[in-house]
Order: sequence, then C-alpha cells, then structure tokens
Amino acid sequence: MNILIQHGRVIDPANHIDAQHDLYIADGKIVAIDQAPSGFKANQTIDASGLVVAPGLVDLSVRLREPGFEYKATLNSELQAAAAGGVTSLACPPDTEPTLDEPGLVEMLKYRAKKLNLAHVYPFGALTRQLEGKTLTEMCELTEAGCVGFTQADHPIIDTQVLWRACEYAATFGYTLFLRAEDPYLAKDGVAHDGEVASRLGLKGIPAAAESLALASLLRIARETGTRLHIQRLSTAEGVELVRQAKQQGQAVTADVSTQHLHLTELDIGFFNTQTHLRPPLRTQRDQYALCEGLKDGTIDAICSDHSPVDDDAKLLPFAEAETGASAVELLLPLTLKWANNTQQTLSDAIARITIMPATIMGIPAGSLTVGQCADVVIFNPDEYRKVEAQHLKSQGKNTPFLNMELAGKVHYTLVEGLITYSTL
Amino acid sequence: MHNPQLNSEGKLKHLLSIEGLPKRILNEILDSAESFVGVAEREVKKVPLLRGKTVCNIFFENSTRTRTTFEIAAKRLSADVLNLNVSTSSQSKGETILDTVNNLIAMHADMFVVRHNQSGAAHLIAQHVPSHISVINAGDGRHAHPTQGLLDVFTIRKYKPDMHNLRIAIVGDVLHSRVARSEIHALTTLGVPEVRVIAPKTLLPTDVEKLGVQVFHDMRAGLKDVDVVMMLRLQNERMTGAMLPSTQEYFKTYGLTQEKLSLARPDAIVMHPGPMNRGVEIDSAVADGLQSVILPQVTYGIAVRMAVMAILAGGGQA
Repeated sequence: MNILIQHGRVIDPANHIDAQHDLYIADGKIVAIDQAPSGFKANQTIDASGLVVAPGLVDLSVRLREPGFEYKATLNSELQAAAAGGVTSLACPPDTEPTLDEPGLVEMLKYRAKKLNLAHVYPFGALTRQLEGKTLTEMCELTEAGCVGFTQADHPIIDTQVLWRACEYAATFGYTLFLRAEDPYLAKDGVAHDGEVASRLGLKGIPAAAESLALASLLRIARETGTRLHIQRLSTAEGVELVRQAKQQGQAVTADVSTQHLHLTELDIGFFNTQTHLRPPLRTQRDQYALCEGLKDGTIDAICSDHSPVDDDAKLLPFAEAETGASAVELLLPLTLKWANNTQQTLSDAIARITIMPATIMGIPAGSLTVGQCADVVIFNPDEYRKVEAQHLKSQGKNTPFLNMELAGKVHYTLVEGLITYSTL
Repeated sequence: MHNPQLNSEGKLKHLLSIEGLPKRILNEILDSAESFVGVAEREVKKVPLLRGKTVCNIFFENSTRTRTTFEIAAKRLSADVLNLNVSTSSQSKGETILDTVNNLIAMHADMFVVRHNQSGAAHLIAQHVPSHISVINAGDGRHAHPTQGLLDVFTIRKYKPDMHNLRIAIVGDVLHSRVARSEIHALTTLGVPEVRVIAPKTLLPTDVEKLGVQVFHDMRAGLKDVDVVMMLRLQNERMTGAMLPSTQEYFKTYGLTQEKLSLARPDAIVMHPGPMNRGVEIDSAVADGLQSVILPQVTYGIAVRMAVMAILAGGGQA
C-alpha cells in the first residue's frame, strides 16, 4: 500500500523541516519527503492543501482504564479517541485493576492494543507491586514484556528507603522512572490548591509545598543514585524552578505538564465544578504562568494530556467525593497550539512538545517523519476552530473542563503505520 | 459567572451561601425576619404563607438542633414537613445524593433544606432540581451555613443597630467552620468595618485575610475594644492531635473567660452558634452571663429561617 500526502505543510521538528512538501509512504514506512522515490506509484493520494502534515502525536499519559475499569472506558473507546486526537503513540499508567505489575498483564495489554491497531501502546510498569510502595516489581521482566519505564502513578512512595532502593535498582539497568512529586502527608485528603479559593469554598487544600518538598527529595535521590528521572505533571512555580536548577546543574531530568494545568487555575473551580477536580490540583495564576514560561524556556520538555476518562456518575458528587481526572487526549493538539499561540511560539515548537520530546523521553522510535520510520502521521488544520462538545468526543469519558470552548486545531487524518485510523471524511 | 442563587430577575432562588449575595438581598431577609419575630408571641403561632407546600429536611449529617429549628420555622409557615436522616438510611445502602433527591422530587417536595458533610453538596443539588424547587443550604462541609450567618447578623443588628460602626471578633476553629465563613461574608457584605479572627495558625484557613478579616493569634490583643465576640465550636476530633495539644491548653489560650471578655467594650455581646463545649471554648460564667445573647440567637434563628423560606416561596412578610 503506497500513500502520497501532497501539497501539505510538512512540519517535523526532529528533522528541522517546516516547508511545503509531499510525503511518500510505502509498506507502513516513510520512504521519502519532497522527492518521489523512483517507481513510486500511489494507491491512495491525500490532498493536504492548507493543512499541516506532522508526525503522529506522542502522549506521555493516557489512561485506557483496561483492565478493570471498563465501565469508565475501554481500550477500544480510548484508542479511538487517541486516533481522533491525532495521537499515534501513547504511554499508559499502571493504575489499572489488576495493577500492571506482572509481565503477563503487560503482554496481554500490548497484544489487545495491537489487535485494535489504532495507536502504539507503551505501558509504564508499576515501580512497586500493587503500587503499594513496598516491594519492587520485576523490572527486567516487565521491560522485556514491553514496559518503557516505571511509575507509581498517583501513589507516591511514602518510605524513602524503598524509593531510594527503587531508584538504585532502576538505575542499574538504565530504566527511566516517571514520578509525580507529591508529599503524601501534606496532600492527604486534599482536593484543591491550598489557597484563597479552597479557603473560601471550604475544601481541604494541598499546599504547593507538597510538590516542592517531594520534588527536592526526588531530585536528590535520583542524583545520588544516578537515576534518569522524568517528573510528571508539574503544577507549581516552585516546582518549575527546582527542575530548572537541577537541569542547570547537569542532572539527567526531564519534566512534563498537562494541558489542563497549562490553561486552567484554581479560579476555574467556580462553584464546585467537579470537572476541575484534578490531581495535582489546579493552582494559582502565578503557577500557571510559571508553567507556560517553563515550557517555553525548555525547563519543561513535553506536554501530555493526562487523559483520565471518568464515568458521569463519578463526577455527579460533591467536589471532594467526585473522581479526579479529565478526558483530554482528543484536546492534546488544540490545547498545545493554544499554549503556543498565547506565548508566541512557532507551530514547530508546539509540535515538538507533543512528538519528538515525549518520544525521546520514553526512548521509543516515534515522533518524527524520518525516512525509514513508521508512517505515523497527523494531518490537521491549525486554524480551524471546533467547539468541544460531549457528543463529539470519542472517549467514553465526557469529563472535560473545556466543554463548550472553541479551540483551534482540527485533526483531518491520523495514520498509524501507513493506515488511516481516523479521518473527517 | 452565573450566580446559581439568583434567578434571571436577580431574586433569591436558592440560599446556598452568603458569598455572592448582594447587600440588598441580605437586608431583605433581615427586614423580613423582623416581621416574623412576633409570630411566635401570638396566641396562634402560625401564618399561612407555605400552606399546601412540602418542605423536605434532608440531613445527610446528623443534627437535631438545626433540623428542629428548620422544622419549627416551616410549620409556623403552615408547610408540611418531611424529615429525612439520610446518614442513617439510604447512604449506607449506597444510594447517591442525587438518587435520594430525585426520589423526593418524585414525591412533589417544594423546598429542600439540605445538610451534608461535604462542601458543595447544596450547590450540586441546586444544579439538579427542577426550576420550581428551592434549595436551602443548612450546612455543607466547611463551606457555608448561610442561615446561621444570617441569624447571627440579625442578632447583632438587634443589639447593635449601627453595623457601620462595629468591631467584631470571631474566635476559634475558623478552618473547619462553615459558620465562620458565612459570618465573615455576611458581616463584610453589610459593611462592618472591622472583622477580626482569633485562632492559632493550625485552625485558620490559608490566606484567610483575603476574606477581608484581620488575623490575631493573641486572644487578648484581638478582643481589645470589640463590640461583639462570636465564639466558634471546637469539634471533639480536633481537640487533641496535630491541630491542638489539649483542651486545657486551648481553654487557656483561646477559651473565653470573664477576665478576657473584660478587654472588650463594656457593652460587648457574646455569641455562640451552639452546641457549646463549656470549659473548652467558653467558660460557663460567660455563656450564662449578662453579656451572652446565645439563647436569643436561637429564637431569632427561627424568624430568620421563616423569612428565608417565605421569600423563596414568593412572599416575605408575616
């Protein structure tokens, strides 16, 4: 099967390409850009006039909810959502039921995802069994089964001795740890940023220090043990500053931010809007500004959706009892473009944060249009607006704080290994 | 942002929180309450404003006192009253709040009085009831207890009519107190120039001064020359642990005694939302003393709740 994508503006940050080119795909791989390979005959031609042709997006955190939480979402529904969002490679956290802490479970998930063939699924293995923070998992076996890194998802390790050992063990084999910085005691029972809004609404707060204290420890332990660390979901100005300093000192650390935290603050909670109940909590405008700036100056490497589909009933509860999370994978592109627009970044800068940067962090062969690579491609119109509406979301989770917002950046085609997995036609 | 408490004409639709209510509505409720004070002193303690209406007290959290005052208020307005203690029934069977509410809607209730241990519960219910039903928040978590805030300012107005010339101190566990939040919003909205909060740092919310109050940690300094002392209840579970070391130390540092009260203005009044912990936050001599208006608060509470219900039902005078 040969595909020609013609007349599009090809943007491939990894190869510093931003120009009008034709893209040639054969047998699921990219075979040429600009000049047709000799004897190339297209079976299918996609006219990308007026559209951007970019590497398929890479998302550092998409909860697929399988196994165990099929009433919230299924592999099929969420991979359809990923395809609709232009996401072709994604990492999924291990906080399923059962927890992804055994090679067999990881293999099963990879196998089922492969059968659907809607996106490349890269599981993160649990760093400790059941995410309990007590016993290490079989990291080598899990890696062989297909895990690309290890994480505790939203269950930070309380015992620093265990954390230290986990880092040492992971570092032995060169595995990357993907951890979110949160002091479990300071964050206990908290549901919103500890500040004016939480005080007014009578919600238990999570202080910014819950992130910075834990982050300082994580960075120190990673440095001592020589662990490659990726900090997930930065939410505070202090956190950004700590990562900035660590990078200046040459530490092997990377970081991401969610699309929600880039655009929303505690004020968006309004009158207890449970769609804004997120982990980490939405913080102040000052923090949001620092996140946007940190992303701009490279302190924060990547943007992720932190996609967490939740069933409607779980959000129809008082704020503190409502389940956390936002359905977001379909909005990764428009919300990233919005950030770039707000901070005067180029389209190429924006695309890098959701393609080559996360792919490099995960160590996967994705995120570029390099000749010879898998033909994972997204074709979109960066200037076409679309209203976010529940009935148009492919995800089973309709829980998004961006409902009814008009966002620019509409995906027209998604290709995975040269096959069209989504198109607006 | 849309104010969920007001209808499109700017009239009170639900009473969920004092915050966000304009001064004119607070004054309307307080003025209306004046007319209901007399009802209890009549031979027949009833007015027919809510005749044929069903008021449903849904208490997801136990409270005899508050529920009783709402019940009396509704009955004096001639409403039929249904009391539901959900904490002891449906919720233990796994029914959600909205399931419970939908069942009562199906029984044609006209007004809900709701108490819940989670902040925002009353807002959630108000968002999901049909437009002919009004919701009164009778306390949601740490967030708000608007009728208590209103009855407190009503009581203050009775004793100190010039609200624009008062110095008021709120003492105790502000952090966990929905009463304190409602009092602060009511007092600042009505133009009280100086509202103080007195508490240790462990019992104050972050950035509390942004609510428009002055913070004191030293009770003696905080009580100096105040006209009103509003005490807060200290919940049992906060009395020892990481918030406070002991009730004895709390009483010594933040308990209201005659000696500390003497630092306030000589005609200062003492208030408490009840139930009191004598010897923990307040000395019996003060609670039962000449400056205490704690029992009048209870009496006025009924008039204020009658006024709120009457206004929500479309009429506001006895």
